[in-house]
Amino acid sequence: MSDEVAIKAEEITKVYGGSVLAVDHISFEVKKNEIFGFLGPNGAGKSTTISMLTTLIKPTSGRAWVNGYDVVREAAKVRQTIGVVPQEYTADEDLTGWENVQLVGDLYGLPREYTRRKGKELLQMVELSAAANKKVEDYSGGMRRRLEIAMGLINQPSVLFLDEPTLGLDVQTRAAIWSYVTKLREEYGMTIMVTTHYLEEADAYCDRIAIIDQGKIKKIGSPKELKEGLGGDVVTVGISGDQEAAIRIVEGVAGVRPEPQDGLLRFKLRDASTALPRLLEALAGKGLRVSSLRISEPTMDEVYMEYTGRSLREEQATSEEVAAIRRTIRRARSR
Amino acid sequence: MSNQTFGDSPEGVNNGPLHGLWAITNRELKKWYKQPFVLGMSLVQPIIWLALFGKSMNFGALFTGTSFNIPDLDLPKQVIDQLSSQLMLGTFGTTDYFSFLAAGMLSFIVLFTAMQSGMSIVWDRRLGFLSKLLTTSVPRGNILVGKALSSVIRSLVQATIVLLLAVLLGMQFRAGLTVWDFVGTYAGLFLMSLGLSSLFLMLALRSTSWESQMAVMNLLNLPLLFASNAFFPVKMMPGWLKPVVAVNPLSYATDVSRTLLLGTTSSSSLAFDFAFLGAFAVLFTAFSMFLSWRYLSR
Repeated sequence: MSDEVAIKAEEITKVYGGSVLAVDHISFEVKKNEIFGFLGPNGAGKSTTISMLTTLIKPTSGRAWVNGYDVVREAAKVRQTIGVVPQEYTADEDLTGWENVQLVGDLYGLPREYTRRKGKELLQMVELSAAANKKVEDYSGGMRRRLEIAMGLINQPSVLFLDEPTLGLDVQTRAAIWSYVTKLREEYGMTIMVTTHYLEEADAYCDRIAIIDQGKIKKIGSPKELKEGLGGDVVTVGISGDQEAAIRIVEGVAGVRPEPQDGLLRFKLRDASTALPRLLEALAGKGLRVSSLRISEPTMDEVYMEYTGRSLREEQATSEEVAAIRRTIRRARSR
Repeated sequence: MSNQTFGDSPEGVNNGPLHGLWAITNRELKKWYKQPFVLGMSLVQPIIWLALFGKSMNFGALFTGTSFNIPDLDLPKQVIDQLSSQLMLGTFGTTDYFSFLAAGMLSFIVLFTAMQSGMSIVWDRRLGFLSKLLTTSVPRGNILVGKALSSVIRSLVQATIVLLLAVLLGMQFRAGLTVWDFVGTYAGLFLMSLGLSSLFLMLALRSTSWESQMAVMNLLNLPLLFASNAFFPVKMMPGWLKPVVAVNPLSYATDVSRTLLLGTTSSSSLAFDFAFLGAFAVLFTAFSMFLSWRYLSR
């Protein structure tokens, strides 16, 4: 494993109960000081992969290393050098924010004086200093997630794993969390592996993204590479007149049959600079008038659809519902 | 955050095999003493049992508290009192049933506290804290042992309250009692509590249902209590029950308390009592550590 690599997975696989294949022979590398995103729907294998890399579960086959340590044979060393912010809230609700941070410091065997100083800095970073002595049961969802981040950083990890860090949070809190993540990478050289199914977040903040579906990595690359890899721009055109004729013309030029959406035709077009004039000419030749035209880069959803055959948008809604249900259950339990 | 770096382990980190053990124990204790209702209930429980049960089950009063006599014989009261004393002494090893029961109550309160230890791991699993615990570098074996130790401390605190209350209500110690008798009594209770707490934590290790834990507790608590010498001497029990009593750690811890505090004699020697309790504690603690390693990683 090269010095520049923080995480390496080689053909790791997880089979539950002898038959459920959660992760299917996946291999990838995460470079040091990189924000690496795992993008995929619920059940794609994202959390299972994170759990294997963070030593919570053992791979059924294959090997993986974090910071040069084997996740099975040197699990204790891996744990000492990583920080983990799991998908679920893990803080003890009966304790205060500060007591939780101190508890995690003690669990790592950190000197009390160090934990006191570092904990204070981290709570300041996640803007929880004022609420540090409040019980966690009185925290909002956003405060809890920020506390989880502080708890995940107390042992000064060089690699931080974040499993769905922004799931179910409001827009402001999501932006705040990404600002901490970006800061950790930029100012402190941390390597960050994050799972998400928010396409915009993966696009905006990750250096590289792995698209994972049904336990397999479908594609890895930077957001730009992934979008460019689709080979063309996305054209959205509004045409007045015979729609069926317009669709046939577009199909002739673009090579794909566009599906009408809200009165507009949206399709991918290779070499738009030369193909578009041809298209407009062909439409004019049939007496069809273009009422609107927009050329854009493909979105991450289109990238995702290209490699998985499905849209991730619906998954986002489902996951937010799941997060809302979890919150309700937690509130009910704590009453 | 200006001058900190990530990735370099801080100075003085304790990566020894016991690191995090006290943190786990201390967290459990905090959850106990920081919740006044939970703390209050756990202190009231032994008081209710001892005051109500202990004082109402007063066998000694069968003779002395009534005008008991045998028709036509009209035995002198002195004879009846003597008869009663000898009967009590022969049966319970002491003339005072309340003192006999109070020693048994020490084991009883330890049993009830230890039984609840399993619930904490079920809730930690359900509320996500166990996930956090497992991502840290705390040795897996320390997770159950830390929880068992907190249960031991809680049960010994409760046992102390029972003992103090028993003294206030009239528990009579043997003549020539020394501080070592108390040390021995607590050592016996400690070993039993450690073994029982480890046992109930093991039973809860894979469980996510607190209902099933409650069912286990309800199934085992009274049978374990009555199939021991806590309330009645073993010699009064039917033959088929005696083997169960013989493997029940409650019997040995109670025997230690009675021998040291009340001066009763029993069929089992103190050395054997401690050997049994020691083996019970070591075996179940070691087994719980093994299962922690085995089952807390999937």
